[in-house]
Amino acid sequence: MDLTLSPDEQAFRDEVRAWISDNHPGKEPEGLSEDDQWKFRVDWQRQLHEGGWAGVSWPKEYGGRGATLIESALFNEELAASRAPGPANVLALAMGGPTLIGHGSEEQKERFLPPILTAEEIWCQGFSEPESGSDLASLKTKAVKDGDDWVVTGQKVWTTYAHHAKWCMLVARTDSEVAKHRGLTYFLMDMEQEEVQVRPLRQITGEAEFNELFIEEARIPDENVIGGVGNGWMVAITTLMNERSGLAFGLQVRLKILLGQVIDLVKEQGLEKDPLVRQRIGQLYTESEIMRLNAWRGLTGIMKTGQPGPEGSLGKWHWSDINQALTEFTMDLRGPDAPATDSEFTFEFLRARANSIEGGTTEILKNIVAERVLGLPKLR
Amino acid sequence: MNFDFDDDQRSIKSTAREFLASRSKFEKVRECSEGGHYDEAIWKEMIDLGWAGIFIPEQYGGQELGVVELVILQEELGYAVTPSPFFSNAAAGLMVLHAGSDEQKERLLPGVASGEATGTVGILHDGSAPLVPDAEAASFIVLAGEGDTTRIVEAGDAKIEHRDTIDGTRSFARVSGEGEEMPGDAGAGLDRACAALAAELTGCSQRAMEMAVEYAKDRKQFERPIGAYQGVSHRCAEMLLETEGARAATYYAGWAADHEPESLPAAASMAKAYASDAGWRVTASSLQVHGGIGFTWEHDLHFLLKRAKTDGHLLGGASWHRDRVAKIAGLGDAVIAQV
Ligand SMILES: Cc1cc2nc3c(=O)[nH]c(=O)nc-3n(C[C@H](O)[C@H](O)[C@H](O)COP(=O)(O)OP(=O)(O)OC[C@H]3O[C@@H](n4cnc5c(N)ncnc54)[C@H](O)[C@@H]3O)c2cc1C
Repeated sequence: MDLTLSPDEQAFRDEVRAWISDNHPGKEPEGLSEDDQWKFRVDWQRQLHEGGWAGVSWPKEYGGRGATLIESALFNEELAASRAPGPANVLALAMGGPTLIGHGSEEQKERFLPPILTAEEIWCQGFSEPESGSDLASLKTKAVKDGDDWVVTGQKVWTTYAHHAKWCMLVARTDSEVAKHRGLTYFLMDMEQEEVQVRPLRQITGEAEFNELFIEEARIPDENVIGGVGNGWMVAITTLMNERSGLAFGLQVRLKILLGQVIDLVKEQGLEKDPLVRQRIGQLYTESEIMRLNAWRGLTGIMKTGQPGPEGSLGKWHWSDINQALTEFTMDLRGPDAPATDSEFTFEFLRARANSIEGGTTEILKNIVAERVLGLPKLR
Repeated sequence: MNFDFDDDQRSIKSTAREFLASRSKFEKVRECSEGGHYDEAIWKEMIDLGWAGIFIPEQYGGQELGVVELVILQEELGYAVTPSPFFSNAAAGLMVLHAGSDEQKERLLPGVASGEATGTVGILHDGSAPLVPDAEAASFIVLAGEGDTTRIVEAGDAKIEHRDTIDGTRSFARVSGEGEEMPGDAGAGLDRACAALAAELTGCSQRAMEMAVEYAKDRKQFERPIGAYQGVSHRCAEMLLETEGARAATYYAGWAADHEPESLPAAASMAKAYASDAGWRVTASSLQVHGGIGFTWEHDLHFLLKRAKTDGHLLGGASWHRDRVAKIAGLGDAVIAQV
C-alpha cells in the first residue's frame, strides 16, 4: 500500500500545475450572454488542446496525450482544483471519444476524433426518450435502412448541449422483432439537418442546458453506425460506464472546494461553535474524503484487474448524496438569505437535485450494485 | 500510488481469515460468550502466530510490522467476532510504544508482545474509565483522558469493577486508580488504536452484510427470494456503500499511521466516526433483512451487532470523533464536549 505519488507522477502533476497556472482563463466573467458563456468554454478548450491537454487519457495516435490512468486522474484533480471552467465538448471528451476509440472503425476514428479535441464539432447524447428513461432499452426511436442511409424518426429528451451540437450519439431501434436489448444500434447523427428540431427545456435553475429533439425522417449514412448494427446496447453501456466513472476525480475535488466554501460560510455566520453545525461539517468532511479515497481505490482495482472493484459502482451514487447534503447545508446556514438568488449557493443547491437523476438515477445504481456486485436476484 | 495490500500483507490477511474460519466459528463465539470466558487455546495460537506483537519493534520481542498489518488482523477478528483480549492488549501496546518512556517500553512491551503480561486502555470520564475491555485479566491498564495525565496503573493498584455489557464476547470493567505518568504522545497511541477499532468495525460490517445477502437470496416470501424486493436489495446496496466507506477510511488511517503521521489525527477520527456508524447501521440493517429469526438469541447475528455497537462507544463515540474532524477542518475547539 502506498498512497504517495511516485517521482514520475509528481513530475507530471507539477507539469499540469505549471501549465494551468500559466494558462488559466480566470473566472468566467459575470453577466455574459449564454452564447458568450459558451464561447468562453470553447476558447478554453482550444487552449487546453493547444497545450496538449484535451483528451489527456486518449491514445497519442488519436491526438490525445496517452496519459496513464493515474496521470489522467491527477490532471482532472488539478483542473478542478484550479477552478478552471469545464471544456465545452465535455460529453465527447469524456464519453463519446472513449466509446469511439473502443468500438469505432479506423475511418471513424480519423474522421471524428480530431474535431472533438478542437471543439470544432460538439457532441450530445441522445439516449433518453419521453417513454424511456431508466428503462433505456425500451426506447422507440426507429431507424430504417434506405439504400446507403438509415432514416430515423422519433423523439429524444433531456439532451444536454443539443443546441450546440454537430453530432448526436443516438441510440435507435433497428429491429423490433428481437429482444429489446438486441434490436438497438448506435449512430452518430448529424444535428445540422432540417429533420432534427431542437427545442430547449428550461430546468428548475432557470437555465436551459438540455433540450428535446424531434426527429422526423432524419438521414444517417451507414458509415456512421458505431460498433455494428444490433450492438447498440453494448456500445451505449460503454458510454454510460465512462459517464459514471470517468468524472470521479474532478467531482471529488469539486466537493472539497465546496466544503471549503461551506466552512468559510460557517465562520462568516459565527456558527463554528454550534454542536449541530460541527457534527454536519465533521460528517461531510469525512464523506468527501471517503469519496476521494474510494476513487483512488477504484483506480488501483482497474490497474490490477482491468475493472474497478465493488467500490467503483458506488462513486457516482455516493457523490450525489454528498453534493446534495452539502448544498442543502449551505441553505440551512444562510437562514433568511437562503432563497435569494444573489448567491451561487442557491443555484448550486437547485442544480444538485439533478445529481441523483442524471447519468442513471440512484435507484438504478442501487439495483446495479444489488444485482451485479452482490448477486441478488432481479425483480422480474 | 497503490491503494492495495502488498503480497506479504495479503498473505497475513488470508492466513488470518483461514485460521479464524476454522478456530473461531460462531459455535465457539457462542460458547465463549455464554460462558463468559475467552478460549485460551485460540489466544495462545494467536500469540504463537506472532499477532500480539505484530507492530511492536523486534527489540521488545515483536514482529516490527506496522499499523496496516494490525488493521488487517483486526478486520478479520471483527469478521469472526473472535472473543479474545487481542484488541485491548494491542491498544495498550500502542500507548506504551508512543507515550511510554524508554524504561516503560522495556518493562512492558515484551509482556504485551508475548501475551504473558497483557495490558488494556481506558478513557477517563470524571475520574474513572467507565468501559475498559479485559481489565480484570490485564497486568496493567493505561488510563488517558482530556485534561488528565496519561498514566500506567498496575493491576494491583487499580480499582476494577466488573460490568456486564451487551457484548458478551468480551469482558468489561470500570477502572480507576493512580499510577506512573507517561511522558510521550498519548494521542499518537490512541489514534492508532482507533484505526484498529475501525478495522474491527469494518470486519463486523462485512460479515453482517454477507449474512444479509445470503439470506436475501435464500429466503422466499410471496413466491420470490426477498432479495428481489428493492426494500431489501437497496438495503443491501447501502450496506455495501457503508462497509466500503468504512474500509477506505480505515486503510487510509492505517497507512497514515505508518507513513504520514501528520495526517493521522484526521484520518483516525474519520475512520472511527464513520466505521462506528457503519458498524451499527449495517448490523442493524442486516437484522431487519433477517426478520424475526434475526432477533433471536439462537441466531448468530446479534454477536456482530453487539460487538459493533460496543466498539462504537470505545475510545470516543462517533460524535466525539466527528467533532474532532470539524476542529481539524478549521472550526477550532468545541464549547460543548461530545462523548
Ligand atoms: C440535468 C440532466 C441532464 C441530462 N442529460 C442527458 C443527456 O444529455 N442525454 C440523455 O440521453 N439523457 C440525459 N438525461 C436523462 C437521464 O439520463 C434520465 O433522466 C434518467 O435516466 C432517468 O430517466 P427518467 O427521467 O425518464 O426517469 P424514470 O426512469 O421515469 O424514473 C422516475 C423515477 O422512478 C425510479 N425508477 C425507475 N425505474 C426504476 C426501477 N427499476 N427501480 C427503482 N426505481 C426506478 C427512478 O429512480 C426515478 O426516481 C439528463 C437528465 C438530467 C436531469
